[in-house]
Amino acid sequence: MEIKKGIAASPGIAICRAMVIDSKNYRIPRRSIMASQRADEVKRVRSAFAAAILELDELEAAKQIEEGKIRDIFAVHSRFLRDKSFRKRITDFIEKELVTAEYAVSVILREIASHFESIDDEYISERVADIYDIERRLLTHLLGKVAEEVEHLREEVVIVAYDLAPTQTASFNKTFVKGFATEKGGRTSHTAIIARSLGIPAVVALGDLMSSVTTQSMVIIDGKRGVVIVDPDEETLEDYQTYARQFLEFEHELDALRDLPSVTKDDVPITLLGNVEFPDEAEYVLRKGGQGIGLYRTEFLYLYGGSEPTEEDHYQAYSEVARIMDGKPIVIRTMDLGADKLPHTTRHPHEANPVLGLRSIRYCLQNLPLFKTQLRAILRASVVGDVRMMLPLITTMQEMRQAKMILRDVMEDLDEYAVPYNAQMPVGIMIETPSSALMAGLLATESDFFSIGTNDLIQYTLAVDRANEHVSSLFSAAEPAILLLLRSVIHDAHKSGIGLSVCGEVASDPEFIMLLLGMGVRVLSMAAPMIPEVKKIIRSVTLEECNQLARKVATMDSQRQIKNILRDAASRILPGTY
Amino acid sequence: MAEPVVEIEVEIQNAEGLHMRPAMQFVDLAGRFASSVTVSNNDVSADAKSIMQMTMLAAGRGSRLRIRAEGADAALAVEALKELAEKILSSSESRPAESKKEG
Repeated sequence: MEIKKGIAASPGIAICRAMVIDSKNYRIPRRSIMASQRADEVKRVRSAFAAAILELDELEAAKQIEEGKIRDIFAVHSRFLRDKSFRKRITDFIEKELVTAEYAVSVILREIASHFESIDDEYISERVADIYDIERRLLTHLLGKVAEEVEHLREEVVIVAYDLAPTQTASFNKTFVKGFATEKGGRTSHTAIIARSLGIPAVVALGDLMSSVTTQSMVIIDGKRGVVIVDPDEETLEDYQTYARQFLEFEHELDALRDLPSVTKDDVPITLLGNVEFPDEAEYVLRKGGQGIGLYRTEFLYLYGGSEPTEEDHYQAYSEVARIMDGKPIVIRTMDLGADKLPHTTRHPHEANPVLGLRSIRYCLQNLPLFKTQLRAILRASVVGDVRMMLPLITTMQEMRQAKMILRDVMEDLDEYAVPYNAQMPVGIMIETPSSALMAGLLATESDFFSIGTNDLIQYTLAVDRANEHVSSLFSAAEPAILLLLRSVIHDAHKSGIGLSVCGEVASDPEFIMLLLGMGVRVLSMAAPMIPEVKKIIRSVTLEECNQLARKVATMDSQRQIKNILRDAASRILPGTY
Repeated sequence: MAEPVVEIEVEIQNAEGLHMRPAMQFVDLAGRFASSVTVSNNDVSADAKSIMQMTMLAAGRGSRLRIRAEGADAALAVEALKELAEKILSSSESRPAESKKEG
């Protein structure tokens, strides 16, 4: 049994066999197999060799390859793959060391490569490239088989991987995927967002995990505590089975809350909205009792498929959600990606510090055709439902004015073609940098609403990268500095009479709900699965209790002290979940 | 039952040494004989029918290779391999050489 601690990215409990997904782009970890699996792994090596040989023969025979040198390269590679002593070296390694085919291939090929690297003769050391090429070809075949298996799953599994890319998760047979555990990632990474939208547990940023899990491993993913247990012992397994049952019962109990109003005991209404990534999640928000969509992320449009999304792609995605929500508000956030994440931008300079680099609204303001395409689609969708637009990562007044000027340009274009849109469509901003929080009073003169994005606000204010394990413990919404900023933004929004919501992770953290209410927040937006639990908290407290708590917290100067008092208050309301 | 053993030595004179393509030609030719063929460079020896082992000999310019064949067609094998070696490893021009079909 091995217990690994990571970041809790999506709540729930999964107890399942593991499906391990290696990537040829990362180091293949050493992963053990049982003696009984030796023959299977050897067979996998053989079929990978056979597939690679077939592929090389086709390449070699391809007529368009006139260049003899290239044909020679394929010929040499195929000789290598036909070399029995080469293959035997790999299969012997599997038999002797009891490891996976992937690991054996990568170790043996690297051994050969480093042998060539060590020789002081440029002709010979050049062979290293050939060896790596052969390694990649073999791994592609080995991993391709695994990818196919995930597409055609017929039994429940949890996915264990280094990291998951949108192109991978898109092809999973999601009916049988019961949870995710990844070595990399954070609360806001793709894996986390997908897991929350599917309502399955996920733990990310687990560090070294791949080497402890085999495809035969039983794995428990505790998405609430951020714990993954590999090959649990009998006692732990029983504990978790009980825990999982209680969790389900609690979920069912919460589902009963769906049609009850979201009001405090003293009848103060609190609006609960859902954060969504994909259009089909809108249904899920309604099923969980959400009163609208407080954050519609649009990055998926840019990440899937190889080319930049067309105006029609945008429009379809927005109008579909608008139709599903049927008059309930939808806040569409404009593109919030870094240049480094955009798959179809080939030319972007390397950034030493992408978090402080050309991303989000900054990228949009420098790439007007891309930005205007999205704005046109949002405006067109604004007549389908209660569509609002939100700009991310605003740091200065100038950016805000510039963005609004571009929006006016786009409106004029639409006027010219008599395309209908809502000229009064509300335009708000994310408050997620210290700069915008400090400038909130002024920004409010140009904004119809604020939505506080706590994840980035904390990162930029405390100068902490939460994915960095050495400092992640310093990342806390309970830091007095963060609460001071929140208080000031809430105050400025109220004073200016504009809308205010919190859409960051804090908005669904049971420990923070009372505090946010006490600080004056009345609109919370969160991942759909969290809505019922938050509603339960809201229905169990009076605003007066929340105000008292907020006043008490305001006098405290330490994160730990604040955290403790919040936890105490929450555990009194939701006994049993702590 | 003693099989005939034949052994000779060749020197690599081309700049590229026993590069991928020459190694491939060598392996292809060795594979046509029933005899087992070993090639040694100093104290490292390789199965002449394995491209992995042959390339890992890392025989650069100036290396002396010992070709040793053991088996019924040992003499034929060594003769053919010597001929190939002289052709492809003696000059820096190794490209046009196309290994000769053995009878």
